[in-house]
Amino acid sequence: MDKIQENLLAEIADLHGIPTGAYNIRANGEGAGRRSTEHIEITTKTDKPGIDIRIADNTVRESMHIPVIISETGLTEAVYNDFFIGKNCDVTIIAGCGIHNCGTQKSEHDGIHTFFVGENSKVRYVEKHYGEGDGNGEIVLNPQTIVHMDAGSYMEMDTVQIKGVDSTIRTTKADVADNATLIIKEKIMTHGKQHAETDFTVDLNGEGSSTNVISRSVARDDSTQLFVSNIRGNNKCAGHSECDAIIMDNGKVGALPKVEANCVDASLIHEAAIGKIAGEQIIKLMGLGLTEAEAEEMIVNGFLK
Amino acid sequence: MLELRNISYNVADEGQDKEILKNVNITLSDDKFFVITGPNGGGKSSLAKIIAGIYKPSSGQIIYDGKDITDMSITDRARLGISFAFQQPVRFKGLTVKDLLTLAAGEELKASACDYLSEVGLCAHDYINREVNASLSGGELKRIEIALTIARGSKLTIFDEPEAGIDLWSFSNLITVFEDLKKKTNGSIVIISHQERIINIADEIILIANGEVVKHGNKEEVMPLFSGSTFKCKFK
Ligand SMILES: Nc1ncnc2c1ncn2[C@@H]1O[C@H](COP(=O)(O)OP(=O)(O)OP(=O)(O)O)[C@@H](O)[C@H]1O
Ligand SMILES: [Mg+2]
Repeated sequence: MDKIQENLLAEIADLHGIPTGAYNIRANGEGAGRRSTEHIEITTKTDKPGIDIRIADNTVRESMHIPVIISETGLTEAVYNDFFIGKNCDVTIIAGCGIHNCGTQKSEHDGIHTFFVGENSKVRYVEKHYGEGDGNGEIVLNPQTIVHMDAGSYMEMDTVQIKGVDSTIRTTKADVADNATLIIKEKIMTHGKQHAETDFTVDLNGEGSSTNVISRSVARDDSTQLFVSNIRGNNKCAGHSECDAIIMDNGKVGALPKVEANCVDASLIHEAAIGKIAGEQIIKLMGLGLTEAEAEEMIVNGFLK
Repeated sequence: MLELRNISYNVADEGQDKEILKNVNITLSDDKFFVITGPNGGGKSSLAKIIAGIYKPSSGQIIYDGKDITDMSITDRARLGISFAFQQPVRFKGLTVKDLLTLAAGEELKASACDYLSEVGLCAHDYINREVNASLSGGELKRIEIALTIARGSKLTIFDEPEAGIDLWSFSNLITVFEDLKKKTNGSIVIISHQERIINIADEIILIANGEVVKHGNKEEVMPLFSGSTFKCKFK
């Protein structure tokens, strides 16, 4: 692994060297290292690119890393990762994709992640996107996440994309069974002419199921973003989604929230707020000694923290 | 020392020119307690915002320690030693009490963060990592605003109705806080207030109504003008 690749790993997974626990590193379209553990088994798919991850029942306090890095220009790939998580687990999965594109051709990674979360299991899924490079080659990431949650399970999905990705379309679909909870937190910042879209569909099928989708984003320069969410309450359930966006310069953000109650006991809420940084926030920080630009920086950093 | 010379401030209100401040002349000497008081809508907050650089006067000059700061930015005035606690403090999604206190104090906070918060009657342990967002109550927010201003320790500090929303129970402490701040900075403190207890500690009182300075003097000179309901009639 070279310096560029090591740097990408550090950016997306906070990894410096080989992680402890199970891992699978994919670099430039090929396996660059793997370890299965007693409870977490990773195998290569035979029908298409990607891996199967099987986590045994009752696996607790274990984590696994599955970073993807691309440092070649012109590489386009679609990778399928399926996670079969047993019952009564408590695990953390750290995914992420970093692309370094110094060439002139497009580099693209489309990760399709499917989760089967077993009864009463708790999963924390962290995914960070990062792009860099001084060429004109585009960096494109289109992640799809499909989540099937069994009764009593809990999943928290944290996704972050702060820098360097030219175009991204994130699609997330979930179905949630009795008393299961899905929390989605996304943070996005776009610059230049970047475009980012997110599309969440959550079916609250189970009695007592719930979801909370929280998106915070900043669109700077000439970048554009679109937030789409659809929460369907098909049973006695609670759904909440929140899109909170700051626009700067010529940034544009659209939000298309939809909530659909198909059961009289479904309680669904959506909140959306899009606007520039409140002038009085900038004034307050300037009164504490910051310049206008420093004040904006601090407000944006805090907002996406 | 701060001097306001012939300050006027007009805004366009529904196509009409509205005079918010009319030819205001005030000298705020060093090492003193000033209270600015007067009826609602009289122009007190507007005047404070003109001093802090938030509003630009339509005409007139602001001289601070011999220097003309009329065209200076908020930032530069803050760095020169002018500090302003808002009547309605601002909320921030994502920024914590600690973030703001660190910025205000201008250094990495150590034990002092505790002190600033306990001075305003907040337990540092409970508040230091809280976000300054909508979850704070009005009184909590107001106290944090005061703590930030104390942390800055500026030469000239203006508090806009600091007592508003603060329970009576903490009120007397607040006065001690202002006295301590004045001692520490050897500067002047301007408090915009309607409270007699605050007016009582002032060295000088400035009475503002209808955008004009009606009276600038000591308590004995200004208080007679407050004679109950006749107050309004006198200046209408
Ligand atoms: N942008 C504006 N447009 C129109 N009128 C304004 C504007 N800004 C301030 N005013 C008016 O100027 C007057 C002075 O307001 P200011 O906030 O300075 O009063 P104040 O003395 O601080 O009052 P209070 O005691 O209620 O805080 C008010 O009548 C207010 O409505
Ligand atoms: Mg006011």
